[in-house]
Amino acid sequence: MNASMLTKQIIDLEKTRENYNKACTAYKMRIVICAGTGCMANGAMSIYNKFREVIAERGLKADVVLEKEEHHHVAHNDKHAAAGESQTVNNNFLLVQSGCQGFCQMGPLVTIYPQNILYTKVKVSDVEEIVDRTLQKGESVDRLLYECHDTKHHVKDMNKIPFYERQKRIMLKLCGHINVNDVDEYIANGGYFMARKAVLEMTAEQICKEILDSGLRGRGGGGFPTGRKWELTRINESDTKYIICNGDEGDPGAFMDRCVMEGNPHSVLEGMIIAAMAVNASIGMVYVRTEYPLAVQRLKKAIKSARENGILGENIFGSGKKFDIEVIEGAGAFVCGEETALIASIEGHRGMPTMKPPFPAEKGLFGKPTVINNVETLATIPVILEMGAAKYRELGTETSKGTKTFALTGHVANTGLIEVPFGTTLREIVGDIGGGVLDDEGNNCGVDFKAVQIGGPSGGCLTKEHLDLPLDYDNLRNVGAMVGSGGLVVMNQNTCMIQIARFFMQFTQNESCGKCVVCREGTRQMLALLDEIIEGRADAQTLELLEELAETVRIGSLCGLGKTAPNPVLSTLEYFRDEYNAHVFDKRCPTGNCEALKTYRIIAEKCKACGLCAKKCPVEAIEGAKGVPYVIDAEKCIKCGACINACRFNAVVKG
Amino acid sequence: MGNDRNTFSIKFDKVCEVLDKHECSPNKLIAILQEIQEEYKYLPEDIMTYIATALGISPGVVFGVATFYSHFALEPKGKYVIKVCDGTACHVRKSKDILQTLEKELGLSGKKKTSDDMLFTLETVACLGACGLAPVVVVNDEVHGSMTKEKTIELISRIREQERQEMNK
Repeated sequence: MNASMLTKQIIDLEKTRENYNKACTAYKMRIVICAGTGCMANGAMSIYNKFREVIAERGLKADVVLEKEEHHHVAHNDKHAAAGESQTVNNNFLLVQSGCQGFCQMGPLVTIYPQNILYTKVKVSDVEEIVDRTLQKGESVDRLLYECHDTKHHVKDMNKIPFYERQKRIMLKLCGHINVNDVDEYIANGGYFMARKAVLEMTAEQICKEILDSGLRGRGGGGFPTGRKWELTRINESDTKYIICNGDEGDPGAFMDRCVMEGNPHSVLEGMIIAAMAVNASIGMVYVRTEYPLAVQRLKKAIKSARENGILGENIFGSGKKFDIEVIEGAGAFVCGEETALIASIEGHRGMPTMKPPFPAEKGLFGKPTVINNVETLATIPVILEMGAAKYRELGTETSKGTKTFALTGHVANTGLIEVPFGTTLREIVGDIGGGVLDDEGNNCGVDFKAVQIGGPSGGCLTKEHLDLPLDYDNLRNVGAMVGSGGLVVMNQNTCMIQIARFFMQFTQNESCGKCVVCREGTRQMLALLDEIIEGRADAQTLELLEELAETVRIGSLCGLGKTAPNPVLSTLEYFRDEYNAHVFDKRCPTGNCEALKTYRIIAEKCKACGLCAKKCPVEAIEGAKGVPYVIDAEKCIKCGACINACRFNAVVKG
Repeated sequence: MGNDRNTFSIKFDKVCEVLDKHECSPNKLIAILQEIQEEYKYLPEDIMTYIATALGISPGVVFGVATFYSHFALEPKGKYVIKVCDGTACHVRKSKDILQTLEKELGLSGKKKTSDDMLFTLETVACLGACGLAPVVVVNDEVHGSMTKEKTIELISRIREQERQEMNK
C-alpha cells in the first residue's frame, strides 16, 4: 500500500465508481445536511451533530463518510475496505455534509434520499422527530416540508418545489448533492471522466473546437467566447503556460462562484485540467477572494485528493503530462476581478489593470500565455464535454448558449442560487422561482417589483416593462444592463432608485484603483452629484453634469471597472427619470427614503388638537387652536422629529 | 527590559520563517504579508520595512501593496472584528440600520473603528456572498444572518457577558 502511495497510483475511475455504488446499496437512506455558508450560519453543524447523537441513541447505525474535515482520510480508507469486502457494510444510514443547495432562504436544509424529501428551516429540536418518523418509519414530517406560498400545499418531493422545478441545474447538478470532501462521490457521479478523456483521447485542437462549437461565453461578465480565448492561447508557443481560475467574485449581491467552489470544488479542477490540455499549460492557479475562507479550505482539500489519485501532478492519468494547481488567496480588491489586475496581484504587485493588447493569451502571468476563466465557466466545461457541444447548444438563445447561474436576492420570497437556460424571462425567475416580491413588511405582492438590478456595479436596472424579455448577453446589453457575473437583486416599490445608484457609485468609487484620473476623480464627483440630489441641493444642471461625467468616465477609463461604473446611474436615469426629477425639482423622494427630503405633516383626521406637538416644537413651526387640527409650516420646520415623538395619536407622519 | 528583548526576537523569528518559506521572492509579497498579518493581526511598520529589505525592494513598494488591498490592516484590531455586510442584498434589506445600531452600541464611528478597550473593531465589507441571509454580520468569521436591531444588540451583550465571565475567572 505504501509503495503505491509513493508512486502515486493512477485512479481507476470505473472501478472507483463501481465500488462506490456497490457500497451505497448497503444504505437504507442518505441524509444530506447542507453545509453551505448560509446553512452553516443558521446552525447546520449542530443539526448534523444532533443527527449523529440521536441515531446512536436509537441504536441505529449511521456511517459518517466524513466526520470532520481532517478525519477524511481515515473515513475514506474505511469505506474502501468495507466496499472491498463487498456488502459487509451493515450501517443503515449515510450522513453527509454537502455544499450549498441554493435554497439559502429556507436553511438549514436537510435532504433525505432516495425519497428526495427536503426539510426546510430545520431546528435541532426537530431532529428526533425526523429520525423517529422518517428514518425509522419512512414517513415525512409535513410541518418541515416546503409550503407553496399560494396553494399552502406541502411539497414532499424536492424536485417538485417550484424553486427547483423551474430551474435547469446542469452545472450545479452535483452542487449540494454530493459530499464535497469525498473525491469518490464526485467520480461516482461521472466526475473526472471528461478530464481523463481530454488528457488521453483528445488533441488540443479538438478540445478548443468542441468548446468553440458549444457557444460557451465567459460567465464572469465579459461574455467573450471561451473556445476562442483558448484557441488564441493554444497557438502561442511557449515553454510555460498558465491556467488561472478567477474566483475573485467581488460583485456585491453575487455568490455563484462561492457556491460552486464550496459545493463542488472538483468540477472547477476538472474544468482547469481540460483547459490545460486545450492550451498545453502545465501550471494552474485558483485565485479566490479572501472573504471566502470555506472555499479556500475545500479547494485545497480537493487539490490534495486529486494529487493523491494521480489526477493532478507530474503524470496525470498516467499520460506523462504534467499539470498542477495551487490556490492563491486575494487580499480584498474588487478590481482584481479584471484579468490584467488579477495577474498583477498574483505577481505580488498592486492590483492595477494594464493596457490590452497584449492580451493574457499572448503575454499574461510572468509574461507567458495565460488563460483566465471564471469559476462558473470552468465548472461548465466538463458538462459540455459530457453532453457534447451540439446538445449543449440546444440550450439557451441564438447568441447565448447554455445555462447561467444567478444569485437571486433582495426583496424576493425565495432567495438563493439558481441556474436557468439563457432566454428565461424575469417573470419566470422572480415570479415562479423566486416566489414573488416581498414588501417591507414581508408580504408577498406577486411580480410587482420596482426594479431588478442585474450585473452588480457594472450592470443596470430592469423594470416591469422587461418582465418578458428573454435574458441573454445581447438583450441585456441592448437595454443598458449586462449579465455580469449574475447577481440579481430584486427591489420592491419602496426602494429609492437614486439611493441604489448612489450605493453602486460609492462601491466603484471605493474600489477604483486610482490609475485612471477619470475613474478615480470622476466616480468621486459623480458620487458627490448623487449626494446633492439625495440631500436636496441639486438643480437642473446637476443632472446634466451627471450625464456628461458618466460619458467621460466610460470613455476615459482603461478597464471594465471604470468603463462600466456609470452604468447603474445611466440606467436609473433612463428608467426612473421621474424619480430623479422629483428629487431635483420638487425636493421630494417618492418613496420617502431620503432623510433630507422628508417632510412632516399632521393628518387632520387623527389630530385631536391637544397642542402637545406645538409645545414641543423648538422652532414654533406648528400652529393650531383648540378643536382645529394643527398644521406644520414646512418652511419653518427643521425636521427634528420632536413632534412625532410627542404625538400620542400617531397623527404626525414623515414622508 | 530583558523580557521585551525576548519577545522582540521571537517576533522576527516568525517573520524570517515566513520569508524563508516563500524563498524571499518579491512575487510572493502578498502571501507573505497575509501570513504576517495572520500572526500579528496587523502589519507593524518595522516588520514591513524588514520585509522590504529582505526581499530587496523598497519599503515604498511594500507599503504600496499593503495599503492597496483592503484585507491588510496597518493598525491593531480589536479582539472581536465585526464586519457588517453592505452588499446590494444587505443594503436593500437595510444593513445601514444594523451598522448604526452597532456604532451607537459600541461608541464607534466611520473614523473611529476600534473601541478603546481593544475589544471591538467595526468594519463594513462590500459583500460576503451570503446574500440569502441578508442582512449579514460577521464576528471573527462567524456568520450571523437575517439580522435585526434587536438581534444585533443581543449579540453584543452576549459577547460582553462572555468577556466579563472570562475576566472573572
